[in-house]
Amino acid sequence: MTSRMQTVRRVSLAVVRKDLRIEWSSKVLLNQVAPFSLVIMIMFAFALDNEGILQRVAPGLVWLATLFSMLVIVQRSFAVETADGALDALRVAGTEPLGIFIGKSLALMVQLLALELMLLAIALVLYAVEPTAMGYAETFATMLIATIGLGFVGTLYGGLGAGARGRETLLPLLLLPAVAPVLIGATRATEAAFGSGGAQSSEGWPWIGLLAVFAGVFGAVGALAFGPMIEE
Amino acid sequence: MTTTQSTATPTTQKLGIATATAVIFLVLSGLIFSAEDVVQGSTVRMMYVHVPSIWVAYLAFGLTALCSAVYVSNRSRSLIWDRFAGASAEIGVLFVAISLVTGSLWGRLTWGTFWVWDARLTSTAFLFITYIGYLAVRRLGGTFSQRARRSAIMALLAVLEIPLVHFSVNLWRTLHQKASIADPNAKVQLDGFMLFTLFWGLISFSMLFAWLLIHRQRLMALEDAVQDQGLDRAIQERRTEAGR
Repeated sequence: MTSRMQTVRRVSLAVVRKDLRIEWSSKVLLNQVAPFSLVIMIMFAFALDNEGILQRVAPGLVWLATLFSMLVIVQRSFAVETADGALDALRVAGTEPLGIFIGKSLALMVQLLALELMLLAIALVLYAVEPTAMGYAETFATMLIATIGLGFVGTLYGGLGAGARGRETLLPLLLLPAVAPVLIGATRATEAAFGSGGAQSSEGWPWIGLLAVFAGVFGAVGALAFGPMIEE
Repeated sequence: MTTTQSTATPTTQKLGIATATAVIFLVLSGLIFSAEDVVQGSTVRMMYVHVPSIWVAYLAFGLTALCSAVYVSNRSRSLIWDRFAGASAEIGVLFVAISLVTGSLWGRLTWGTFWVWDARLTSTAFLFITYIGYLAVRRLGGTFSQRARRSAIMALLAVLEIPLVHFSVNLWRTLHQKASIADPNAKVQLDGFMLFTLFWGLISFSMLFAWLLIHRQRLMALEDAVQDQGLDRAIQERRTEAGR
């Protein structure tokens, strides 16, 4: 069992390093996804057209922009695997699926976290949000825990039907309903952290608890289901 | 193949006739025999469709999950479980749609609005979307066993996802009327015949579900067979071409 755990650790480290290196050399996150999420934030301002409302709903907009951008990152993450049959090769080589799952999830989490920090900065500037020191701590806790859940669930649904035609258009339909609890929990927690609409920062912690439950459940299920899911 | 194939057998024909009779009786008792509600008037008749529809939908999605679990755990990987799961989900989606439509019509008459963002309505909408996604996964293509495995995993993920969504939406908002009959503390306010009509609705809709399910499963088997034959024929044609 310990030797299996060591293999899992080695494989996941190799996969996360590979994914981040691909990102580092292609700069898709930096050159395409980040500008895309910036456009979303600006479009929200056009649509709502009221500074008071923008400030009030900023937490929801930050998380919506995160989820939309996440769709693009997940597609990209699995396009890389299926383009040259890389996933098939990994499978044929008998690579530990749990390692692949953890590795891909971690790489996704790192990218999402970078994106969320950027979106937070945009919200501070464009939507005139002013959290307290406690609010910042709560925001970072929310981001960290929400991202863990999103990473697991994104990898799980991204892997479902990897390689099948038409899965690009299907992913939003499958993934967005699944991450609804994150949108609800993270938005409420961030509202408390930002003090939007007079919310107290203490109101946020139970929502962070919900996010933790989500992350735990999808982490456990992903670990079980990812192997059978990618086997052909 | 020249013989005409049908998905009916003597048993399903009998079931079909019984179902049709039951539904006709439901229509009569729902629209004519049963009295108006003291408060809601005739809008209460909507309940005789609304409640049985959502019951069938829960039954159908439960069966989808069960059949998917059997498919995954059974070593023989029999496709019949996959087809039952798929057929059941299709019917479930149809009946959730019926219950959403009847529910919002009732809401318009009673609450004055088609939709409220209450917990149960919102999670039912999510239920609907999730299983539309499941049906889309079934149509991704690939071999039958690929379809079966993907959709079985999707169905089992949905079982996990729905309580989470329901729980979080519940935290988010609650306004829906409490279940009036299932609640042990509430006095049953329904008059005897109304209650009978409601239960008759549950029975006849369950029969309808069984009848639709058997036929749809058989139709799926035929569709799969047609696809197989098409493939065989194509292979045969290529072989003849190569041999020429």
